[in-house]
Amino acid sequence: MSRSIEAPTGLSMFVYRFKKSLQTPDPYLTIFGVGLWLFVWWLLCEGLRVDRFDKIPGPIAVFTELFARTPFQGISIFTPEYYEHILVSCRRIAIAFAIATGVGVPLGLFMGWSKRIRDYAFPILETLRPIPILAWVPLSILMFPGFEAPVIFLATLASLFVTTLNTMLGVDSIDEAYFRAAGCLGSSNWDVFKHVVVPGALPYIFTGLQISIGVAWFSLVAAEMVSGDLGLGYLIVDSYMNNVTVPMVIGMITLGFVGWITSVMVRALGNWLMQWHVKALALQGR
Amino acid sequence: MTDIVQPNNAGVQAAPKKRSRLQKLAQNESLWRGITAIAVFLLIWEIGARWDEWFGKEWMIPGVGLIPPPSDVFAAWLKVLPKPGYWDSWYQSFKRVLSGFLVAMIVGIPFGLALAVNKYFRDVFFPPFEILRPIPPLAWVPASLIFWPTNEMSIAFVTFLGAFFTIVINVLGGARTIDVRYLRAAQSMGASQWDLFSKIILPGTLPSIFTGAAVGMGITWEVVLAAEMISGGGTQGGGGLGFFIWNSYMGGSLEQIVVGMISIGIAGYLSSSAIRLLGDWFMPWRRLF
Amino acid sequence: MNVSVSNFDEAKRSMTVSQSRGALSIRNVTKIYDPEGVNVMAVKDCSMEIAAGEVCMIVGPSGCGKTTLLNAIAGFHSITYGEILLDGELLCGPGKPKAEQGAERMVVFQHGALFPWKTLAQNVAYGPMVQGRLSKSLALEKSRDMLAEAGLGSVTEKYPGEVSSGMSRRAEIVRALINDPKVLLLDEPYRAMDALTKSIMHESLLETYDRTKVTIFFITHDLEEAIFLGDKVHIVTTRPCQLKKTVNVDIARPRSYETQSSEEFRLLMEEVNEAVHEEAIKAFKAGERELA
Repeated sequence: MSRSIEAPTGLSMFVYRFKKSLQTPDPYLTIFGVGLWLFVWWLLCEGLRVDRFDKIPGPIAVFTELFARTPFQGISIFTPEYYEHILVSCRRIAIAFAIATGVGVPLGLFMGWSKRIRDYAFPILETLRPIPILAWVPLSILMFPGFEAPVIFLATLASLFVTTLNTMLGVDSIDEAYFRAAGCLGSSNWDVFKHVVVPGALPYIFTGLQISIGVAWFSLVAAEMVSGDLGLGYLIVDSYMNNVTVPMVIGMITLGFVGWITSVMVRALGNWLMQWHVKALALQGR
Repeated sequence: MTDIVQPNNAGVQAAPKKRSRLQKLAQNESLWRGITAIAVFLLIWEIGARWDEWFGKEWMIPGVGLIPPPSDVFAAWLKVLPKPGYWDSWYQSFKRVLSGFLVAMIVGIPFGLALAVNKYFRDVFFPPFEILRPIPPLAWVPASLIFWPTNEMSIAFVTFLGAFFTIVINVLGGARTIDVRYLRAAQSMGASQWDLFSKIILPGTLPSIFTGAAVGMGITWEVVLAAEMISGGGTQGGGGLGFFIWNSYMGGSLEQIVVGMISIGIAGYLSSSAIRLLGDWFMPWRRLF
Repeated sequence: MNVSVSNFDEAKRSMTVSQSRGALSIRNVTKIYDPEGVNVMAVKDCSMEIAAGEVCMIVGPSGCGKTTLLNAIAGFHSITYGEILLDGELLCGPGKPKAEQGAERMVVFQHGALFPWKTLAQNVAYGPMVQGRLSKSLALEKSRDMLAEAGLGSVTEKYPGEVSSGMSRRAEIVRALINDPKVLLLDEPYRAMDALTKSIMHESLLETYDRTKVTIFFITHDLEEAIFLGDKVHIVTTRPCQLKKTVNVDIARPRSYETQSSEEFRLLMEEVNEAVHEEAIKAFKAGERELA
């Protein structure tokens, strides 16, 4: 019998792919693409000052401001306010995401596992789900005191639906044969839950969590824009109100970057927890 | 789903007999459980909201106590139903959602397909797309308010952005997972490049296009709602269900806020059902599943 | 500690010698799916006796209800009429439509059901662990021993997704055997394999059987496989599944691949082929009727 092939994973895989890719036109085209985009942005907003585009700050204005020790419009990487906004938003996301995951994953697992629980919980969930999260804004402002609670509530609600449904679908996706095998091997119900339902649903759970953190950011921004005292969404809308456009764009860029980082973190955690999944996919050449 | 959770409900050994469809529906356990769950949910809501009425203000449940009970919401709904202003809100919101959504489809599908089909196109245009994608659509609202001359146009633009990114990503993902064997089979039968595109890639991508459309439709509703709430307070570009909610909030009518929420829920549900129906109609081969 | 050690010894002993157990009686079993609705009869009045330690091959056209029979024995499905006994004990029958699932009847599934999220060693150790027969560390130790015995010693810490289909299928049989089952139920386990892998799988299974003498209930539609492995080949009809013919395979054990080119093998092939071909045509026509 042949030995199984060692699947290159992690850093060595990355380095190998990186070296290999340098021999193709791909990375150069990517650099060209990003450069082209920055150039067009500059040309429209700063170079030619096309009508209406001239109201939007161009890349040079944004980046000089971002790296300025004493920014003209108040926000740069040297001002503590910048980090305060980021920190506040991240803290809200962390709380909302933790609550939504802590409630949504177990709820979804139980809904997938037990038909009885699903029969009761699913209709309620499906009745509430079509209501857009943002329609909850006024009600949540009224229901919860202060600035913090309504914002966190909205972000939590948004990710809760996504996490619960994806977890439930994850349990549904588990091949019947695994349940049967577990039954044959003499598992108790709890064993089935622990050894089949939870690990089997994990890939879907993490897909769900990645969507859910995106949705949480989406709702957080909306909530911060409508009611907030700090945070990146507030920074954007506050700059708009005060007619300072550069911090507004800085806020947008930061938001995109931080959102991307959190999503990468969720994915990394998922890959770390699901070695079996990653290795199987790697062997299939994905 | 599994034998472990499903009770063995086969009467077995006894002679099997047939039942009518209606009888079957009446004996459907899941259906009755669902109805019970929603009834209990409404009952708890009603009791929770009326608690302070019955036991005095000091017994009010924090948060929940403020929500109007379902009976009041229903009464308020009946009151606004005949008003043309209410239906105009529906019309306004639907108009915005549909226009933004359609433009996103018209631009997003060709763009996504181009990304999938042409490697060089993908190399150049995908990275900037990926840089912009993580920015939540609502973060664009102030910038587009500055850029576009009217509020209505900025709402349309943000709506478009919301759906655009989702649709492109889905189209790209769908087109790239098409089994290469279909393409080879078509090529071996003498298909031209255009045939490959129109007969294989396009239909092969349709399921993902509809998935993307369904998700995009949800985002579109969120964005339209937010845009209406943020800008609706102003003089221009008012109207719509978001404005209806915001207006009720400003006017302090809690019942109407909930009416607005439910209306939007229904509107969103109708839109996504429409997409599902269209999907079934466009993809007859998928009806089997 | 003493207790678990003695458990370990006992389990090891019973691994090697376990004759005269695992006799299956299937008596007049009928299975009707969804009797109140679609009403499909999958198995009709099917009876067969399988002696302890026998390799019993069930051959029939695709979709004829063989798997239904296996599911009834394993306890995944209920039966509508009839009874199934294991060593004289009622598994399912009147008043007890569905058998309990238990470790004395181990199933090896058509597409494989090793848990992809556990390594091969963890997979094999799973049964004894959840049944509380062995502690986790002892179960793992024993599982590694048994995997090594099956020639999988080098991949015990790999996930099923990382090894070949042949390896994972052998590991699955090890996972079944560690529980010291009375009957091994195999549902077309080598269906998706190429001929070369398949022949290695066959030899490995035969070697395992010669060592353990476990009763094997093996579903297949590969006739060569049926004769090569089996003591008896039961040919069943197309849906509803009914016993059509039983062919005794009197080829001496241990068998090797050379057996397949012998004259007696060829004659048996002919006999089985004839019976099966008739059913295959019937099944094909039935399929056409259903679509029409």
